[in-house]
Amino acid sequence: MSGARPGGAHPPAGTLEGRTARGDPAAGRAPLMTLTPASTPVSTSDSTAAADAGDADAPAASPSAPALTAPDGASLDARPLSTAELFRLRADFPALQRQVNGHPLAYLDSGATAQRPVAVLDAERRYLETANAAVHRGAHLMAAEATELFEQARATVAAFVGAGEDEIVWTSNATEALNLVAYGISNASLGRGGAAAERLRIGDGDEIVVTEAEHHANLVPWQELCARTGATLRFIPVDDDGVLDLDRLDEIVTERTRVLAFAHVGNVTGAIAPVERLVARARQVGALVVLDACQSVPHGPVDLRALDVDFAAFSGHKMLGPTGVGVLYGKQGLLDALPPFLTGGSMITTVTLERSEYLPAPQRFEAGTQKVSQSIALAAAVDYLGEIGMDRIAAHEAALGERMAAGLAEIPGVRLLGPKPGIPRVGLASFDVHGVHSHDVGQFLDDLGIAVRVGHHCAQPLHRRLGITSSTRASGYLYTTDDDVDRMLDAVARTVAFFGGAA
Amino acid sequence: MSSSELQSLYQQVILDHSKRPHGRGLVGDTAASSHQVNPTCGDEITLELHVGDDGTFERVAWNGSGCAISQASASLLSGLAEDWTPAVLQERIGQFREALRSRGAIEIDEDLFEDAAALGGVSRYTARVKCAMLAWVAAEDALTRLDA
Ligand SMILES: Cc1ncc(COP(=O)(O)O)c(C=O)c1O
Repeated sequence: MSGARPGGAHPPAGTLEGRTARGDPAAGRAPLMTLTPASTPVSTSDSTAAADAGDADAPAASPSAPALTAPDGASLDARPLSTAELFRLRADFPALQRQVNGHPLAYLDSGATAQRPVAVLDAERRYLETANAAVHRGAHLMAAEATELFEQARATVAAFVGAGEDEIVWTSNATEALNLVAYGISNASLGRGGAAAERLRIGDGDEIVVTEAEHHANLVPWQELCARTGATLRFIPVDDDGVLDLDRLDEIVTERTRVLAFAHVGNVTGAIAPVERLVARARQVGALVVLDACQSVPHGPVDLRALDVDFAAFSGHKMLGPTGVGVLYGKQGLLDALPPFLTGGSMITTVTLERSEYLPAPQRFEAGTQKVSQSIALAAAVDYLGEIGMDRIAAHEAALGERMAAGLAEIPGVRLLGPKPGIPRVGLASFDVHGVHSHDVGQFLDDLGIAVRVGHHCAQPLHRRLGITSSTRASGYLYTTDDDVDRMLDAVARTVAFFGGAA
Repeated sequence: MSSSELQSLYQQVILDHSKRPHGRGLVGDTAASSHQVNPTCGDEITLELHVGDDGTFERVAWNGSGCAISQASASLLSGLAEDWTPAVLQERIGQFREALRSRGAIEIDEDLFEDAAALGGVSRYTARVKCAMLAWVAAEDALTRLDA
């Protein structure tokens, strides 16, 4: 992770130094399964898991235990963060220090948006104080510096996800990134983009496949694309826990499928999708794979090239970075073939009154003034995460997720959504309290300083499929402690008594 | 221990009404009905106004799903409005909305709103005002469809 830092004046990543000193050995209750390569058997035993995770001969405990990363991506013996490390790291996050309703904040809504460390806030401010200028547009010194920092940020983020610099497009957020792909295909289908875009054209008789568990951001753009082109939308179902059911995969993803879009990690279930299997099927039938990596890239090592997906999207604000910046990854050849979505300044080569020619990717997709300070701050976030180690963050989160899932599953009247305890998930768990609406659960928890998400989490179809209209979601991150989780579990148990349980 | 603020939000009458709601169950056979959705949480309500021979509401029927606040509010509205004329209902909706949007500055008049005054605690929780308003917004919309 080469640290491209603004103007060399970036604060030493040193705020993190010493943090990797050996702390408590794997103290978590959960196995380190998210780190295990998909091709390596996974252990679901608990205390010995850290050792077992590296043992390629261990028996496979669950066939649905994929990894966040591709086979060669992660070290197999990452330790979760020690208590001492967590304590030091939490001091980097000013927002975590506040009190809420007279209690120390337990921030369990990082799946919606993460808090930002001082290093990220400082990087953005330093850029604005020293080098703020229009990028790719001016000839003066500050403009040149700004452009260089902006492009260095792209290289940093690219390296973080195993991509080439020209494969990373800045967008406003993941939602815009997914729309960019959908509109690019749409424009290709209208004949834009010439011969190169031919293979991206879709229409009557073609199919786009998504899953029943998608965030609206990875569903509605495809509905719209189908409506514009005459293609048909099809769905991979989920089981009663909300976990993908691939039994009929070969019937659903067929020769007619042109795009297969799915979330790497479910934002409601926390389940990790079997990317390898889905990509393999897409390759068999010649479909493009679009990965919604919003809930995976922030939480573990992800190598997009190794995963062999065609496009991927994620948002800066969910990975310690600013709001207003997101990323679209696309394989070079595909990005170069995709017609633009937003058009205007900064994405053209020659413009006449009648027509225009466009720059190659990624600039072709970056029309108008860009999110410069945000991109630079996102690179600082990536540096920060890299210093700690994504494999260790994944190990920490696997333990948190297991603690949440196991704890929730034990509370009478609580239905855990997503994978059962013992099955891999990130540090996130959603649940339904029988007879108590999620808003009331959330309000009760908020009163105790515990911040969780309530509602449908932008996944109405999944909730409908699970027979509920809303749920409560606790989502952690690298700074989340066992104590945060235990306070949440305790409060949820008391919620049932307060509201009188089932009607 | 939950705080006194939380207890003022979830007063016992509210919890009781949410568990044993009044007026729940649609009757049909009226043009004056409205379906409302709170898009942030997916809560929904359908509410019907049925005017009796004396010009007051004979029945305010509703069905829906939502949090304790929205369910209790629908239940309380349904009970209260059964003594009101359409003109009074119109006026009360305005008064109720004003109090709920006041961030605690305006109390709900107990003489006019009886037990529903307990919903006044919601006004300090701006994120929950929509929950308490849902049934009232449905009633407001249904009023526009009432035969003259
Ligand atoms: C899985 C998933 N996809 C897409 C999104 C959309 O992200 P954003 O709102 O930042 O565009 C989110 C976050 O809300 C998400 O969790």
